[in-house]
Amino acid sequence: MISRTARLAAAAVAASLALAACGAGGRPAEDGGGTGATGEAATASDVGITETTVKVGAHFPLTGVAAPGYADIPTGTKAYFDYVNANGGVNGRQIEYVYKDDAYNPTQTSQVTNELVLQDQIFAMLGGLGTPTHSAVIDFLNSEGVPDLFVSSGSLLWDQPQENPQTFGWQPDYEVEGKILAQYLAQNFPQAKVGLFVQDDDFGRDGEKGARQYLDSQIVTVQRYTPGNTDIAPQIAALQAAGADLVVGFAVPSYTALSQLNALRLNYKPQWAYSNVGADLTLVGSLLARFSEGAITDAGLLEGVISTSYLPNVTQTDDKWVQLFGKVWDEHGGEGDLNNFRIYGMSQAYTFVSALQAAGPNPTREGIVKAVESGGKTFQGPWLAPFRFSADKHGGIAGVAVNKITGGTVQLLTDVLVTDNGTAPITPVGTPPSEPTANGIPDVKPVATG
Amino acid sequence: MTQQADTPQDTEKDTGQAAAPASAAAPAPPPGRFDAVRRRLPKSTFARHALAALGGLVVVFLVLELTNPFRNSQFATMSYYAIAAVGLTTLTGLNGQISLGHGALMAVGAYTTGLLLGPDADGAALPLPIVMLVAMAVTAVVGVVVGAAAARLHGPYLAGATLALAVALPGLAIYFDEVLGGEQGLRIAAPRAPDWFSDAIYFLSANETPGVKYLAYVGWITLLVVLLLMANLKRGRVGRVWQAVRDDEVAAELAGIRLGRTRVVAFVVSAACAGLAGAVLAVVVRLAAPSGFTIVLSLSLLTAVVLGGLGTFTGALLGSALLVFLTPTVTNLGTSLGLDATAAAEVAPFVYGVVLVLVMLLAPAGAVGVLRKVWHRTRSDRSGSSTRRSA
Repeated sequence: MISRTARLAAAAVAASLALAACGAGGRPAEDGGGTGATGEAATASDVGITETTVKVGAHFPLTGVAAPGYADIPTGTKAYFDYVNANGGVNGRQIEYVYKDDAYNPTQTSQVTNELVLQDQIFAMLGGLGTPTHSAVIDFLNSEGVPDLFVSSGSLLWDQPQENPQTFGWQPDYEVEGKILAQYLAQNFPQAKVGLFVQDDDFGRDGEKGARQYLDSQIVTVQRYTPGNTDIAPQIAALQAAGADLVVGFAVPSYTALSQLNALRLNYKPQWAYSNVGADLTLVGSLLARFSEGAITDAGLLEGVISTSYLPNVTQTDDKWVQLFGKVWDEHGGEGDLNNFRIYGMSQAYTFVSALQAAGPNPTREGIVKAVESGGKTFQGPWLAPFRFSADKHGGIAGVAVNKITGGTVQLLTDVLVTDNGTAPITPVGTPPSEPTANGIPDVKPVATG
Repeated sequence: MTQQADTPQDTEKDTGQAAAPASAAAPAPPPGRFDAVRRRLPKSTFARHALAALGGLVVVFLVLELTNPFRNSQFATMSYYAIAAVGLTTLTGLNGQISLGHGALMAVGAYTTGLLLGPDADGAALPLPIVMLVAMAVTAVVGVVVGAAAARLHGPYLAGATLALAVALPGLAIYFDEVLGGEQGLRIAAPRAPDWFSDAIYFLSANETPGVKYLAYVGWITLLVVLLLMANLKRGRVGRVWQAVRDDEVAAELAGIRLGRTRVVAFVVSAACAGLAGAVLAVVVRLAAPSGFTIVLSLSLLTAVVLGGLGTFTGALLGSALLVFLTPTVTNLGTSLGLDATAAAEVAPFVYGVVLVLVMLLAPAGAVGVLRKVWHRTRSDRSGSSTRRSA
């Protein structure tokens, strides 16, 4: 008699076959399954590029704990691409932007990236978010030769052109940010006893490394928190006990909010300074309201906090870039208002359009990487400091401006300062701030790539 | 409406698990021809299972060679969910112990693999099968510790204890971040297909073997081996003892079965499966990070097992297929219906929840239970011997 297992195995296989078949439903018939598009027509110059379209992909946390705030970034990117498409696209090609949910889980990042690269046949990855999540796919993207442009994270991992020639950072890395913030604090609070409040991972470590270059002698204690553990009362109490009257935080927004609430409970009132990552007014304000169960309703607690910026802030309504992005969002955005996350997404989109233009009328994957390496330094856009791209440097924006939260908006305290990793000196950026072009779309000439 | 459950003609002796829905999709062959096939099968259970596994291997080969690289990657994902689900369904379905901590056990396997393979493709000192076996062994040792504690607990207390494991264990990776990489995790070099393997595949199908397909093969061959071993275990003395413990502890103890030891052994076997699953996950995902092993992973394994049909290997496979294929299908359907990507992504967990609720309400025995019912009905209808009173 046939064994039960034999039948079970057969059924399993039948089921997986059936599922494989129906899994293909609902997909536009446009992409040719497993076949690459290389060399099909003169203008379909590489995978993901046709005569009339360029397909770009991304992974973002659209659901789950990391979704608030970060899920807005791709909506900004999409709105800007729609704006560009409505104005004729790039070299006549419409940009198709596909972003998928990874719930900030590396396992899912790897699944959706497989789908984007192998199924959707994207030309390039743009702005995939998160350090642990993107780490899971960096090898895959590089081995498949997919340009991995402008990762949404300030980790130093993206700047390894030898190992990962396809991967480029975008925002200032945490070390650069830490250095500039610390230099300002050392100059302006020379007597302060400094306490560090840092996330116990690369984010915190890189930031601390930068901060120690200028504040080392003033630091009285370093308190680390583990993401996921929401009880940080001991760390805040230790900062208070050490007598720190200036606390520098390299923390994500939820821990900015928690540190404020815990300090409030202990009646501890140092001068606070936070990394840009953890200092978004709107998001921290809403988190404060949620964590305090309504006792605190806005970001008023953050008044006087020192932070940094490398993009225009949504509250700077007289900024030309904010006005442009406001117009783009009104015309092509979905629900909700323009916020800093959407400005971030639009700025990334702006960078990508610049890169695509630099790669010439018939871009290839190799060509766009070369174009960013040789022309990326000169891209003009909303970012306050230039990029550091070159053949041996894939680090993102070179610097930040130190700012202070005043009356619900940010006020710049310094010029835009630029530096590099290690002991590179900090210097003013030197170039005047760029302004948007008349139609709000970059106008970059193709870069001659050897 | 009334349904005839088991027909008298059903030659299967064990009515409970019998009548696999193997040919539920195809019309049932006449009994005579079926018997002829049966007579030719080897008498030994192991040989029969091995034959089935070999058949499975052929099908895996055909499926992986005929589908595109993206489907290959989905099958690779499905394989590690399935290995863990098979382990969990053995524990929960056969032995009656619940575990909400299998995600953590997978983490043990994944981190072991990560430490042994390292981030450099050329730097790996050990061949992949050895690494996987070590990962399995290490997880089994953890399983002994957890199992020993679990054997003393019942129902909700056991669920609570294993839940604590699922929550706490990934925290260790953050605490020992020097070795285990902290929040960012350990990056793992995906092993490339050895030359003999790609040559063999090329010989058979004239296809090259890219990394994705090789990993799918690794996952599915592991899964087939696990299925083969577990099927034997289930059919043998050990399986019967486990079921006896599940069905009635007092009776089992009176029959001379040592409850504690049986429970620990079941937990260890299940943990070993989870460890193997973790090893496959590590090479497929190329990363072992705490955010990959949250409580959600443990819970989705349990829902996979329950949705598919508790205690059956087919159910475990169906459930893990659902885990892998449902979300992208729903998301793509949502996008093609005009939802934006965010809304489509939010619909996927909702649909999964609705499916879970519906299965619990309408088909508490899971997908396999439904298939089994349909199978029985068609058979009884065909044979015409059963009374047909259904409206």
